Amino acid sequence: MKLDSKIPEGHISKKWTDYKDHLKLVAPNNRPKIDIIVVGTGLAGASAAASLGEMGYNVKAFCYQDSPRRAHSIAAQGGINAAKNYQNDGDSVFRLFYDTIKGGDYRAREANVHRLAEVSSNIIDQCVAQGVPFAREYGGLLDNRSFGGTQVQRTFYAAGQTGQQLLLGAYSALSRQIGLGRVKMFNRHEMLDLVKVDGKARGIIARNLITGELERHSAHAVIIATGGYGNVYFLSTNAMGSNVTAGWKIHKQGALFANPCFVQIHPTCIPVHGTNQAKLTLMSESLRNSGRIWVPKKKEDAAAIREGKLKPTQIAEEDRDYYLERKYPSFGNLAPRDISSRAAKEVCDAGHGIESNDTNEGVYLDFSSEIQNKGKQSAYAKGNHNPTQEEITKLGKQWLEEKYGNLFAMYQKITDENPYETPMKIYPAVHYTMGGVWVDYNLQSTIPGCFVAGEANFSDHGANRLGASALMQGLADGYFVLPYTVSNYLADEIRTGKISTETQEFIDAENNVKNTIDRFLNNNGTKSVDHFHKRLGLIMWNKVGMGRNEAGLKQAIEEIAALKEEFYKEVRVPGSSDELNPELEKALRVADFIDLGQLMAMDALQRKESCGGHFREEYQDAEGETLRDDENFSFVSAWQYNGNDITKEELHKEELKYEFIKIAARNYK
Amino acid sequence: MSSAKNININLKIWRQKNAKAKGSMETYKLNNVSTASSFLEMLDQLNEQLINEKKEPVAFDHDCREGICGMCSLYINGRAHGPDTGTTTCQLHMRKFNDGDTIFIEPWRSKAFPVVKDLVVDRSAFDRIQQAGGFVSVNTSGRTIDANAIPIPKEDADKAFMAAACIGCGACVASCKNGSAMLFVGAKVSQYALLPQGKVEATQRVLNMVRQMDEEGFGNCTNTGACEVECPKGISLENIARMNREYLKASLK
Amino acid sequence: MAKSALLKSSLAKKYWMALTGLFLCLFLAGHLAGNLQLLVPNNALNFNKYALFMTSNPAVKLLSYLTYISILFHAIDGFLLTYQNIKARPIGYAKSNPSANSSFSSRNMAVLGTLILVFIVTHMVNFWAKMHFDKNMPLQTITIEVMGQKQDLYLTTNEGYMPVSQVAKSYEEATKSGAQMYIENRTEFFNTQAKVKMGEGYKDLYKLTIDFFKSKGKLFNVIPNEGLVFTILYVLSMAVLGFHLLHGFQSAFQSIGLNNSSWTPKIKLFGKLFAIVVPILFAIIPVYIHFFLK
Repeated sequence: MKLDSKIPEGHISKKWTDYKDHLKLVAPNNRPKIDIIVVGTGLAGASAAASLGEMGYNVKAFCYQDSPRRAHSIAAQGGINAAKNYQNDGDSVFRLFYDTIKGGDYRAREANVHRLAEVSSNIIDQCVAQGVPFAREYGGLLDNRSFGGTQVQRTFYAAGQTGQQLLLGAYSALSRQIGLGRVKMFNRHEMLDLVKVDGKARGIIARNLITGELERHSAHAVIIATGGYGNVYFLSTNAMGSNVTAGWKIHKQGALFANPCFVQIHPTCIPVHGTNQAKLTLMSESLRNSGRIWVPKKKEDAAAIREGKLKPTQIAEEDRDYYLERKYPSFGNLAPRDISSRAAKEVCDAGHGIESNDTNEGVYLDFSSEIQNKGKQSAYAKGNHNPTQEEITKLGKQWLEEKYGNLFAMYQKITDENPYETPMKIYPAVHYTMGGVWVDYNLQSTIPGCFVAGEANFSDHGANRLGASALMQGLADGYFVLPYTVSNYLADEIRTGKISTETQEFIDAENNVKNTIDRFLNNNGTKSVDHFHKRLGLIMWNKVGMGRNEAGLKQAIEEIAALKEEFYKEVRVPGSSDELNPELEKALRVADFIDLGQLMAMDALQRKESCGGHFREEYQDAEGETLRDDENFSFVSAWQYNGNDITKEELHKEELKYEFIKIAARNYK
Repeated sequence: MSSAKNININLKIWRQKNAKAKGSMETYKLNNVSTASSFLEMLDQLNEQLINEKKEPVAFDHDCREGICGMCSLYINGRAHGPDTGTTTCQLHMRKFNDGDTIFIEPWRSKAFPVVKDLVVDRSAFDRIQQAGGFVSVNTSGRTIDANAIPIPKEDADKAFMAAACIGCGACVASCKNGSAMLFVGAKVSQYALLPQGKVEATQRVLNMVRQMDEEGFGNCTNTGACEVECPKGISLENIARMNREYLKASLK
Repeated sequence: MAKSALLKSSLAKKYWMALTGLFLCLFLAGHLAGNLQLLVPNNALNFNKYALFMTSNPAVKLLSYLTYISILFHAIDGFLLTYQNIKARPIGYAKSNPSANSSFSSRNMAVLGTLILVFIVTHMVNFWAKMHFDKNMPLQTITIEVMGQKQDLYLTTNEGYMPVSQVAKSYEEATKSGAQMYIENRTEFFNTQAKVKMGEGYKDLYKLTIDFFKSKGKLFNVIPNEGLVFTILYVLSMAVLGFHLLHGFQSAFQSIGLNNSSWTPKIKLFGKLFAIVVPILFAIIPVYIHFFLK
């Protein structure tokens, strides 16, 4: 198979405009004759469904939640980037493009990223027009803040709920189309297979999660916008239902899966509290502006803290290791996500972790210095030049509360500890997956007519995603890319006519799904789905997590193979197929996670370099930093499914050419 | 976390096979629940126990478990989202309960939210209300005016945001003695009424959304304020008043 | 669309509830002002004059019709609301803890309202109906002493007097007993021979009220000292009214959309004062009459 990324010719700044001008169109009177399926209703899916519905196509949208408004885009906190340069700090489309490529450690496709930067500004206009209540300044204009890995203020936000507000904006646009009858919404439906006819994507098999009924839906094009696969680790900041099934099913049907090993691990999450934990909670990255990260220098101290014999506040200043400040003096506690996460793992692996759970994994995020600094400043600002220690502390806490009150409250709710008095405990957690289904410039997978958008595809973030860029990509894909590229594809479909769901392809696909379901229900095993999912998660976290090495990855591949066998033998799925059956849903998802987990390990194994979120312990420089190998690994790895045995998957490489950006080492010291 | 301990609890949970079946409260005993667990992790633990006993696990809605998606529900010990205020069920923790407690867990009760199974209800009525007018009719061309072309007073933008923070969980309906959805509808109407973008369609929006709300079979507001207290996002009653105002204006036009 | 919405929608029901409720609050204030005259010593004439004014002045009449309509509308609308609300939750909760999120009165407006309606009906039977329709409605008299002999006189609206002994209850009676005067149309004094109206008496609402609350009679021929029972029931009814107002007053403003951070606290405070002071003042009157009035 030859990978054709279909990147248009021309100067980077002209590519998209010129390309768009020459794409084929579908006339308005022909659009109602064409059906489009959109799976997933997050930022990418909802915006795509709304836009295509508006254009006049018949759209069917699917989500597994009880409402399209609940897609996990809603949980994004920080913000959305756009090259508006409202703050007049020298921002431009090129700078956003450059920052994203650099942040991605030079493993993203130039043309896609530039397009993303180009349309970023339209996204903000569009959202404001829809009534998204972004934060504003007193003058009534939009406010911005800055985020990691950039030197400009280009992040638009709505308190700590930017994802929510953007998703509700897209949901409102989608709702409008549903109300007008242009989009038919299928809530609580899960896509369980793609149906191909003559090599083209022609429909899906979806399970009605309430009645258990398998439904055949046909269309002239299928858009997959089902998010990332972080839940392969069991514990992640993803929603409980987030899954890779749609992406994996199309992979099995011939779509290549790209860069599966590129996973972003977010440095500031609340640590695991115990074996019954189901989910990790993110504490916004913004806390690192004020908190100092440390662990005890002495292992004895760390052990004493874990046993509850010592309190963090009792550790003397000279016995604390502010390891980020020590290792990265210029960026300090604000080092990029991948680097901060790895550093936390390092100190915990060395025995300095402070959390009293099974793994001892946890470090402190300490606000006491900030309380003193800001307290003093506040006192001075109030004209008190001789504040007492008490006054300083009080004012400092007030300052913190104004800035982070809601986050501190959430932390206290979850952990029952008061972060104003004792340092927060944090630890990295799986957060975002840069890898995904391989797509060309049109966001079309290697299956004609099957498009993939948002986190589900691989296209824009390389080996590491910058903060506030995921929301940007989701909406860019859905609002401003797919409507053009899908139409271009559909221009050749206006004569196709309605696609029957009574063909053998649909019947076979439905039977396959039915057989899989029956197999699980009749398996009569002894262990729950979660049991296997947790074990998969542990393998992935320990061996395909923040630090990876050849031996571990090889072990992981074998262990997952064994786990897969045991899973199919021993899993117990109660209930029946004709009812709401969450255990069955989980089983179907975990089956795909197991396969993907193995592929992730294989991908990590073949990529003998360290870049972004992918850190191979063998490939680091003298100071323990990532060592990229641009000579041999400047490519997108794209895997082709080759039967049930995942180790037989075939690797294809899409060479990454940097014509407009000079590759450099990524240095944050 | 160092303060976490294990407790034993009794659970009384509504079990209902499907929408048509008659349900009943069933009693379960669950031991060794860590007080550091979230409420839903406790239910996960119960389900694991039920699966191991070859019994049917309890179906309940949940997704993000960060308090923002609005999928989780549950009427816990007589209150929507349990005893903690400003919290969704997924952010409620077991340290709010004591060893030996009996905990009642019921689905949202509303004619407009029929039970689907066990603790899962159908909240698509909210979607239909949104579809009736909860939007600004702007096409996604990307060729709208510049985002900064219309300055919006910060106070209005902030108020619109506070209203838009609604997560659509339905706790307002569940805790209202009348099963009224006015806090939800009021919040949506308010968000748009406060912004210049939404003013153009304000009249039709409020009329249509209220009409849909009535058709769904929600009860009527008697201003008890229970919704505001139980709302995990602290949506203010002012939003209902604003809707009342908007509707009056629209009706008199 | 817009017009039918104002009649049928759930929000319209709230508006009507609020507007009628607020109007009834005004009525309460007016009614209270009138009733308080009962506390003034030796004020029977003024009170009865006031009662006459309230039943005859055209403007007041219009207001009173508005009041009847408001009460009816408020009750019917409230009934419809309650019906809609009961229907909205066909299956209740096994365990509910409403006191955690709402006040007693806000949750029990329908029950409180129904009790008030019962009170209004009995109240109207006892006073309003007698005032308007009862043939035996007493007319105000005064007793004077003429040469050691007590004589009862009717007071007339033109400041005159009419000896009670010379006035028969009806024309027939007058012809039988030979009385010079008789009463026609409940209040008018007619000359028996000429059949000409000579004057008009005051309905003695004052006496009716005092007698009512001081009555030593047996209620339903069973319960002794019915005046005490009436007093207690009246006071209890006022307590019910107080709770109803405690939620109702400020709630009405919310319903018509008047809620903002600067006004609402003031409205709520005023509502609370109104809900406490007005019923207490109402309740003081029968207590005073029963226990203290000689």
